[in-house]
Amino acid sequence: MSTVTHDHPHDLSHDQDHDHHDHKPTGIMRWVGSTNHKDIGTMYLWFSFTMFLVGGAMAMVIRAELFQPGLQIVTPEFFNSMTTYHGLIMVFGAIMPAFVGFANWLIPMQVGAPDMAFPRMNNLSFWLLPPAAFLLIAAQFAPGGGAGVGWTMYAPLTTQAGPAMDLTIFAVHILGISSIMGSINIITTILNMRAPGMDLMKMPLFCWTWLITAYLLVASMPVLAGAVTMTLTDRHFGTNFFNAAGGGDPVLYQHVFWFFGHPEVYIIAIPAFGVISQVIPAFSRKPLFGYASMVYATASIAILSFLVWGHHMYTAGMPVETQLYFMYATTLIAIPTGVKVFNWVATMWQGSLTFETPMLFSLGFLFLFSLGGFTGLVLSVVPVDVQLQDTYYVVAHFHYVMVAGALFSAFAGIYFWLPKWTGKMYDETLGKWHFWLSLIFFNITFFVQHFLGLAGMPRRIPDYALQFAEFNKISSLGAFGFGLSQLLFLYVVVKCIRSGEKALDRQWDGADSLEWTHLPSPAPYHSFTTPPKL
Amino acid sequence: MTTKQNTDNYYVPGLSHWPITASLAIGLLGFGASLTVNHMTGGNILLLCGFLVLFFMFAGWFSAVAHESESGSYNAQVDKSFRWGMSWFIFSEVMFFGAFFGALGYIRLYSIPDLGSLEHQALMWPGFKAGWPSAGPHFSTSGFSPMEAWGVPAINTGLLLSSGVTLTIAHWGLLKKNRTQLIWGLAATIALGMTFLVFQALEYSTAYSEMNLKLTSGAYGATFFMLTGFHGFHVTVGTIMLWVILFRSVAGHFTPEHHFGFEGVAWYWHFVDVVWVLLFVLVYIL
Ligand code: HEM
Ligand SMILES: [Cu+2]
Repeated sequence: MSTVTHDHPHDLSHDQDHDHHDHKPTGIMRWVGSTNHKDIGTMYLWFSFTMFLVGGAMAMVIRAELFQPGLQIVTPEFFNSMTTYHGLIMVFGAIMPAFVGFANWLIPMQVGAPDMAFPRMNNLSFWLLPPAAFLLIAAQFAPGGGAGVGWTMYAPLTTQAGPAMDLTIFAVHILGISSIMGSINIITTILNMRAPGMDLMKMPLFCWTWLITAYLLVASMPVLAGAVTMTLTDRHFGTNFFNAAGGGDPVLYQHVFWFFGHPEVYIIAIPAFGVISQVIPAFSRKPLFGYASMVYATASIAILSFLVWGHHMYTAGMPVETQLYFMYATTLIAIPTGVKVFNWVATMWQGSLTFETPMLFSLGFLFLFSLGGFTGLVLSVVPVDVQLQDTYYVVAHFHYVMVAGALFSAFAGIYFWLPKWTGKMYDETLGKWHFWLSLIFFNITFFVQHFLGLAGMPRRIPDYALQFAEFNKISSLGAFGFGLSQLLFLYVVVKCIRSGEKALDRQWDGADSLEWTHLPSPAPYHSFTTPPKL
Repeated sequence: MTTKQNTDNYYVPGLSHWPITASLAIGLLGFGASLTVNHMTGGNILLLCGFLVLFFMFAGWFSAVAHESESGSYNAQVDKSFRWGMSWFIFSEVMFFGAFFGALGYIRLYSIPDLGSLEHQALMWPGFKAGWPSAGPHFSTSGFSPMEAWGVPAINTGLLLSSGVTLTIAHWGLLKKNRTQLIWGLAATIALGMTFLVFQALEYSTAYSEMNLKLTSGAYGATFFMLTGFHGFHVTVGTIMLWVILFRSVAGHFTPEHHFGFEGVAWYWHFVDVVWVLLFVLVYIL
């Protein structure tokens, strides 16, 4: 990276002469017909935040019902529908689009390209999200209510569910098309649009993580499409894929789903690794430790992620040999993951650290994601998982990796790049408040769920035995606090956009990728219309 | 509005309404299909509208791209982007078929033998004999004949394989600037592809009318019709793409140096060919 940064003049406006022809299209067509990666990135991010609030509201319903034992607020059917759509909306509507938003904003700037490789298809990838979201929300109003089948949509429950299931299936199809097109765009941009001199091994790690994630998406999303297509034909066209009487098997669904599902969890985690790998070096004022090993570790995680799906199915019935294979393969993933955590820590070693909000969220990520990784390791052990499968321990595990992992890293990224995107600074004090509130309430919500799970409380149940009452109350209070804290985040972002102080071109002195070293803040509407000299 | 924002090094298209049109089409199709499969009112109308908008969009968007290509907007870098894009698209299709091939393998290797195992025979399905083809324990009494490999399917294999050859001949014609060879090679490919589709339609109708082999015929019927059906759908799409390329060739599009449109379709067609060979072996012969 050093070749990219240092020997360059800091008078940025010379390269870009952006003042003359930085004209933006106006009116609604600017957004609806956009071919601008920055506008499309912005739309992704706002869409993601909206879905985050919708999915969050569903989580509040879940935690309100679980506040005390017994059935108080909603019916069991509605409760199941809430857990289902909370999961689907958070995974496909909030987290994934958030990182695609980052990819849109950053990849062209970081590789020195004028835009994504296929700008119109890029816009289509975004505009497929609203119809998919519409279908997911319409499912709530279908006859019989939303489908209470869980975000994993296991047969035979799904082959018996009401019309909401079909809306959900088609929503998943549309989301899949969107992801595949978005990924093809990202891969092509990275492989073919890099400025001369931007070798693959000189790219910022964020680009590497997205290259690998996009590969995972192209390889796994079609498999999910296959799984829900079989569900659809089993439901309406008389096929027997998941029906034992016809020679099929419900467990087949689980295999196909998890062949997609485990790569999917890394589709969520790997771009988060990328963001963290940009933020930690910037606030340590040191280059990333072990850049090459980071790339190789990420690639090996991606390859391994296709070989471990069985760890979600230990109790579904499989031969001991198969369980052993999946157990060993799963624990192997801990090695490249360990390499990454080691490198992040080593990056901070002897750095001149400061703790602005992005760094705080990254440190939160580091501690809590690692904790989630450890509980994953616990769950990968067959005899242990046989006890813990389908308990709140699993819920705690994946919220540590997805909320404290992926979501915290998205927050880190937003605070980190807001100055570049808007040209204005967010309120540092409020940002820190957002961090500490999120951190504390997150742990109040989810740490206790480990104990609930170990004590045997099943997941996806609206009522529970009396001995679980205390910890559930604590967890619910934490969840309400966490939900409210996110409104503060909205306030911080809006305040930054409307009345933030002017940001510097290189707001973080340790940040060394092209968008900081070669472009002013805010980044001009068209950046790098001619390739930068590196 | 801005069209070409810059010409020095890159091509970035201006505002376009095609993406939002496509999103409208897909939204209508998704919602319409959800209603239709549940026999609810309005579904069919929405589906129809969805398909109309979809075809309008495909026609409009692709002619815009063909126009841009012919007017020289695309440089070598854009050409390479198209190649990367098409390759990864085909890879995603491979994975889609992979899910169904995987289901076939799982059913044959695990679920059917399991159902015929001692445990299940004694407890749930007395008398069920594992084997393939099978419609599973509940439907096996209704009886169907499996599709024979060495009749129409073998002919279809020949048709598709030769269509790969004629397509390559067309490509050679394009490379040596022999337009007649290009056009006739394409026409032959289309004819072979369409004959394939006709034969497949005949095969399906025999299956339904004479062999009692249906989509509902248990595991065999499901995997047979879903795999060959999705393949047939891809042949249909490929044939439409070939028609487009044929019209463009007649209109004088493509040069030996600059003909990604042709190559993209050719790759797609060869991919569909390869899937058929796999199908022929795994679904029909084995
Ligand atoms: C060292 C890394 C990891 C290991 C060893 C691991 C292992 C496991 C295991 C064994 C389960 C199954 C538990 C059960 O259902 O009984 C599980 C569930 C889950 N994991 Fe992980 N995991 C790891 C990292 C991650 C990451 C990075 C994510 C996402 C960002 C993630 C998301 C999930 C989710 C969503 C589930 C629950 C799926 C469901 O709804 O059933 N995991 N994990
Ligand atoms: Cu997993």
